[in-house]
Amino acid sequence: MTTHAHRATTEAIASVVAAERAGMVAGLIRLTGDWDLAEDCVQDAVERALVHWPREGMPRSPTAWLTTVARNRVLDVLRRRQTERAKLQQRAIMDEMGPNGATQTDPQSDDRLRLIFTCCHPALALDGRVALTLKTVAGLSTAEIARAFLVSEPTMSQRLLRTKRRISNAGIPYRVPPDELLAERTSGVLAVLYLIFNVGYGQHEDHLAVEALRLAGLLAGLMPGEDEARGLLALITFQMSRRSTRFDAHGDLVPMEEQDRSRWDAALIEQGHWHLYRAASSGHPPGPYRLQAQIAACHATAAAAEATAWGTVVTLYEALLAAQPSPVIALNRAIAVGFRDGYEAGLAALDALDAKALAGYYLLPAARADFLRRLGRSDKARRAYLAALKLAPAGQPEQRLLQRRLTEL
Amino acid sequence: MRYMMFVVADPDAAAEAEPSEGELTIEEWLADVNGRGKRITGDALRPVSDATTVRVSRGQVLVTDGPFTESKEWIAGFDILECDNLDEAIAIAARHPQAHGGKLELRPFWTDEE
Repeated sequence: MTTHAHRATTEAIASVVAAERAGMVAGLIRLTGDWDLAEDCVQDAVERALVHWPREGMPRSPTAWLTTVARNRVLDVLRRRQTERAKLQQRAIMDEMGPNGATQTDPQSDDRLRLIFTCCHPALALDGRVALTLKTVAGLSTAEIARAFLVSEPTMSQRLLRTKRRISNAGIPYRVPPDELLAERTSGVLAVLYLIFNVGYGQHEDHLAVEALRLAGLLAGLMPGEDEARGLLALITFQMSRRSTRFDAHGDLVPMEEQDRSRWDAALIEQGHWHLYRAASSGHPPGPYRLQAQIAACHATAAAAEATAWGTVVTLYEALLAAQPSPVIALNRAIAVGFRDGYEAGLAALDALDAKALAGYYLLPAARADFLRRLGRSDKARRAYLAALKLAPAGQPEQRLLQRRLTEL
Repeated sequence: MRYMMFVVADPDAAAEAEPSEGELTIEEWLADVNGRGKRITGDALRPVSDATTVRVSRGQVLVTDGPFTESKEWIAGFDILECDNLDEAIAIAARHPQAHGGKLELRPFWTDEE
């Protein structure tokens, strides 16, 4: 086999795995209740595909091939265990396979939703929810997740183990929540996905943001009636359109107004608008994610920073504040006021904020410094930049940007 | 799944609590949970001033008055629940009157299945 054909097969396997992995793991968890077994056996099947497919060609139905291999592997392991529980688990698998070995129902999409909702159950610690979602739904390796969260691999491995144990020990059900819990639990899932996005988006190596985009797309597809899932997808899509301009060659943050807008991804911006349109067609009043997506749309469609529809941005922040009161949103509104009404007005709006609620948050002095710099009040600006630098996360891109502004004064 | 539900009194939270709509009385809560066969047993406990803590050190029984831990919060009662899963136990706990101005801790029983 030529190298070229080999590479094509490897890519084909990767894309099948990316599309099907979560569903296969989710289905096996439903049948066995054993998270590790499900993940290990699907991983085994993928590794066998990597050996067999390049040699023998792709099977006619790659998904069915992987599912069968993974399921047989699970049955092998269960047979060797010889416990009562293992017998019940085998039975569950055989029952679903039916007499001719084919799966009788197609509960795949439900399975993936079950998996997502269980990973994001509020009785799990937040860091565990994030890690487990990345591991089982997104299919990242423990090492990759550990790197993204700056912890050692054994630490992350422990966190995953603890989280999986807690699911069975605490009696967390493996299911899509019933109607009376659905709204609350869905917003919990969205929060986990948005958190994953923000962790990724804050780093130059942003592959967690790419995963979050994929996960948000998956969720929006599985829950077509949930306009906020579509809203989150719109928001992330708009943010990702700026991906290639957010950092310079040295890995330093480039503020939005200095980014080369011609390099923003027009296809993603168009997709973002499509998702917004879909979310709006639900007829529901916009929730927090859709409102944030609408703000992102204002930025994405402005031909230049000066041409941003700041009046609309302020109105949207006000709607967002009403839906989800938060001092950080109030700060963002004040900044938008400064761009709409002038920097003096912006400073006044910043002064009117609840400083106590924002104490210790670097963006408040940073916003003040920015307006003062634009007004040419260098001395005051310098003091504000120093205050912001003290509070900014050490060694992070935000801190380097503040440092740069300070030296440019 | 069997859960021990500790009913926790919290004087700070109680002072801040505001009555909310649909809040059940303890009698209504008991009628609901017992009626659905979800409660095995339960009771209220006398205050921590009546607690006795016991331990044995080097063969000696050491008895102290008061609770095992110094805390503003204290366990005011308990219920043993039999539920399908944690979500059902959470729903039952959330309807308990002490969820307003106090809190409930749910602890699954240790089972030897695994």
